[in-house]
Amino acid sequence: MEITYLDAIKQALDEEMTRDRNVFLMGEDIGYYGGAFRATEGLYEKYGQWRVIDTPLSESGFTGAAIGAALMGMRPVVEMQFADFISCAFDQIVSVAAKNFYRWGGKTPIVIRAPFGGNIHGAAYHSQCPEGWFFNVPGLKIVAPSNPYDAKGLLKASIRDDDPVIYFEHKYLYRRIKDTIPEDDYIVPIGKSKVIKEGEDISIITYSAMVHIAIEAAHILEDEGISLEIIDLRTLLPVDKKGIYESVKKTSKVIILYEAPRTGGVGAEVAALISEEVFEYLDAPVVRISAPDTPVPYSPPLEEFYIPKVDDIVKAARRLAAY
Amino acid sequence: MDIEKEDLLRLYYFLKLTRGLEDRITAMYRQGRILGGVWTSNGMEAISVGYACALEKNDIIAPYFRDMGAFLVKGITPRRIMAQYLGKKTGVTGGNEGNVHVVDINLGVLGYPSHLADNYPVAVGVALSFKIRGEQRVVAACTGDGGTSRGDFHEALNMASVWKVPVVFFCNNNQYAYSTPVKLQMAIKNVAERALAYAIPSEIVDGNDVVAVYQAARNAYERARLGEGPSFIECKTMRMHGHSEHDAAKYVPRELIDEWKKKDPVINMESHLISNNIAKEEKLKEIGEQVVKEIEDAVEFAEQSPLPEGKEAIEGVYATPV
Repeated sequence: MEITYLDAIKQALDEEMTRDRNVFLMGEDIGYYGGAFRATEGLYEKYGQWRVIDTPLSESGFTGAAIGAALMGMRPVVEMQFADFISCAFDQIVSVAAKNFYRWGGKTPIVIRAPFGGNIHGAAYHSQCPEGWFFNVPGLKIVAPSNPYDAKGLLKASIRDDDPVIYFEHKYLYRRIKDTIPEDDYIVPIGKSKVIKEGEDISIITYSAMVHIAIEAAHILEDEGISLEIIDLRTLLPVDKKGIYESVKKTSKVIILYEAPRTGGVGAEVAALISEEVFEYLDAPVVRISAPDTPVPYSPPLEEFYIPKVDDIVKAARRLAAY
Repeated sequence: MDIEKEDLLRLYYFLKLTRGLEDRITAMYRQGRILGGVWTSNGMEAISVGYACALEKNDIIAPYFRDMGAFLVKGITPRRIMAQYLGKKTGVTGGNEGNVHVVDINLGVLGYPSHLADNYPVAVGVALSFKIRGEQRVVAACTGDGGTSRGDFHEALNMASVWKVPVVFFCNNNQYAYSTPVKLQMAIKNVAERALAYAIPSEIVDGNDVVAVYQAARNAYERARLGEGPSFIECKTMRMHGHSEHDAAKYVPRELIDEWKKKDPVINMESHLISNNIAKEEKLKEIGEQVVKEIEDAVEFAEQSPLPEGKEAIEGVYATPV
């Protein structure tokens, strides 16, 4: 049966809660109301108020509480209503969750679901891609699925993982992306990228919603005789170096495509890795296509300008193809 | 509430051990033998000894950095603590964490970050897990007067009260957060008033009276175990040294120190035991000698222990390596 990206998330939560009694959910409006995006709809009725816990408006507080429960062997999944509000929980994530294991062997298996991304007219506080804030934090894992299969499999893997995982789910994809996925239990392993489309001329290294504009661009460029290879990172931290290097060795030209602000994030790190490890294979400069270094704007023309577009990829690919 | 003789002697033993161990650490710091800074609970030992002694074995503590007494009560040995202060592999964190971060989750002692009050929401989560699983356990959390100004303190008290989870919050009110006196920290007279806003019952106790702390803690744990929710206990005391041993604390009026010197918790307890005929001087002397032996043994063990190898620095970042 065909299901949406959002359904895939809900299924993963439901199945993991049935499989393991230690799995429980916390967040704002996730219980009786079923979540701002309905990701937990029906779970409160099914599992009760102490496994689907409506919290006070306290992102730092409930993230800390999740850490405490995790240290006692539970497997909490917390929902940031919007990824933007994860800033309130920053200290608990980077000072406590990420460091517990290294500092003193404290296993902290929490999952933080963070609905992120723009294109929904949400402006500065409901559209951000904050993965870069956490990309520099040893001890965290960060995943960002682009489709229903990965959404379900990565969420299951995150719940079963013994480390803190930030699970960035893209709001724009929730109901727009559908797919038929297996009914059997499966996981998508953390730390493995995926070749979405094989190609010969240029590698596009990307993740989450940007995968879909890369696919559109690849169709257009195919007609011009430029063949794109699309790598969906799926896991951002730790990033799949091997997957990146293999593709670069094959195509020798790279575009890194991401929706976050340009500076100091996934784009910068992937570019640095490529220049350190596979420089000799490059035939052209590494190109980054990203949002600009501004807060996310609201008005449609502004937001359209802000978010990377198919046309940006097409132009960059033509430029690279000329090398 | 009656307290058995052996419980009183146990309180005394841990007061002595805490005082002795931290005095030894301070002396070694002055000799340049300790890595980094040294922060002690000197003059405040009754708080963490009292709240920890009142716990059952499988209860949990979410402590802060002036809780040496609680670490010892929970069963972390002076040997492992001393090795931690020397950055040795045999220390509780194998050299990964700073000296004052004494921890062992298997003994019910959670690690705490240096960000004060971060451990408060964590404690609420521990208590929440007990509630979800229907376990009759409690968790004790502690922070200082300064820590109660942080948002995490307030979020934690609020959540704990709304969810009615078995957590007891302690505040070591030692009148100074580094150099900041309580009057610049809050406009209220007692930290306990902060609990009022969250409908959490609170009590103010003499933090230099280990029996008072122990009794208040025991009552609060009992409430928690009966499912009646969190409590807040403010322990009034005085920080007798600087924030850390490098700090001469000239900002503290001399008279304040002189006044509190008369209320020393270890001497307090000695007088209590003797005047109430609970123990004779020889018994206390015997405990004192035993403590000295344990500490000297710990120093020897720590000094003979190996340091970790440099390359171990990059190990153990993930529990599940990718």
